[in-house]
Amino acid sequence: MIELHPLHQFTVRPLIPITVGGWDISFTNSALFMVLTTLLIIVVGLVSVRSRALVPTRLQAATELLYEFIADMVKTNIGNKGREYTPYIFSLFLFILFGNCLGMIPYGFTFTSHLIVTFALAGIVLTVVTIIGFKRHGLHFFRLFYPKGAPIYITPLLIPVEILSYLSRVVSLSVRLFANMTAGHAMLKIFSSFVVILAGSFLLPLAILPFFISVAVTGFEFLVALLQAYVFTILTCIYLNDAINLH
Amino acid sequence: MDMAAAKMIGAGLAMFALLGVGIGLGNIFSSLISSIARNPSAKNDIFPIGMIGFALTESIALLAFVVAMIILFK
Repeated sequence: MIELHPLHQFTVRPLIPITVGGWDISFTNSALFMVLTTLLIIVVGLVSVRSRALVPTRLQAATELLYEFIADMVKTNIGNKGREYTPYIFSLFLFILFGNCLGMIPYGFTFTSHLIVTFALAGIVLTVVTIIGFKRHGLHFFRLFYPKGAPIYITPLLIPVEILSYLSRVVSLSVRLFANMTAGHAMLKIFSSFVVILAGSFLLPLAILPFFISVAVTGFEFLVALLQAYVFTILTCIYLNDAINLH
Repeated sequence: MDMAAAKMIGAGLAMFALLGVGIGLGNIFSSLISSIARNPSAKNDIFPIGMIGFALTESIALLAFVVAMIILFK
């Protein structure tokens, strides 16, 4: 019997079981794809700029395009003060982008489809942004929660709401990426299972319809993979801008 | 009522959130199209903002989908 449940594709399976003092730190399929993503980014980056030609070859031009896309995003959203954070934004963008795209390969595993992974990424963003804000502005950082021009009597209501919305950025960032990836792959599994079910019954000619929809949804999933990496990165740039240039 | 039937009904009811999402997405793209029609040279500036708006609105739809999955399969 073929596996038809839409959510079973997201199970994390240990490939090399390792137990240290009661803690299970096995090398799982999720970890394998994270390692593959990092290796792919490093290999593509190193090989494409190996010749360091002044007039770039096509692969070098593509990598330079990726870098300039991020450098331009950082310069537009944060200004010159934020240029030193470009490596972090670049790594974040490429990790999520290559991770999402590697998950589109058949039998590939999308490690961003787990809430704990995206929560870790968003938690790191929040920690980094808060520490940068405190380091640059000291205690003046709390001015972020008091928008200029608000009447003084509304402050007891406004400040907790602002703090709550600041903390909820982690939730929104992580759930957006997780839900997009999980919903997309679950939908792909559901439509492919329709094809299999219809093909196994007497309605065989009708099986072509869910197949066309599967093709369209796969194309849409590639778009969503790119778009979600872009949205995660640009929201990180906006939050960094909030911390560095306090409004 | 049967537990499995209640789960199905709950998952179906969770999809009502898509009504608001559909209206919101239509709003975003309608204003994107009319602003590009007014000023075609602004396309490269406005298009990324349109994509951010699309992704943020779509995430509400996926929150509804996640709730439906939790109801159905938990």
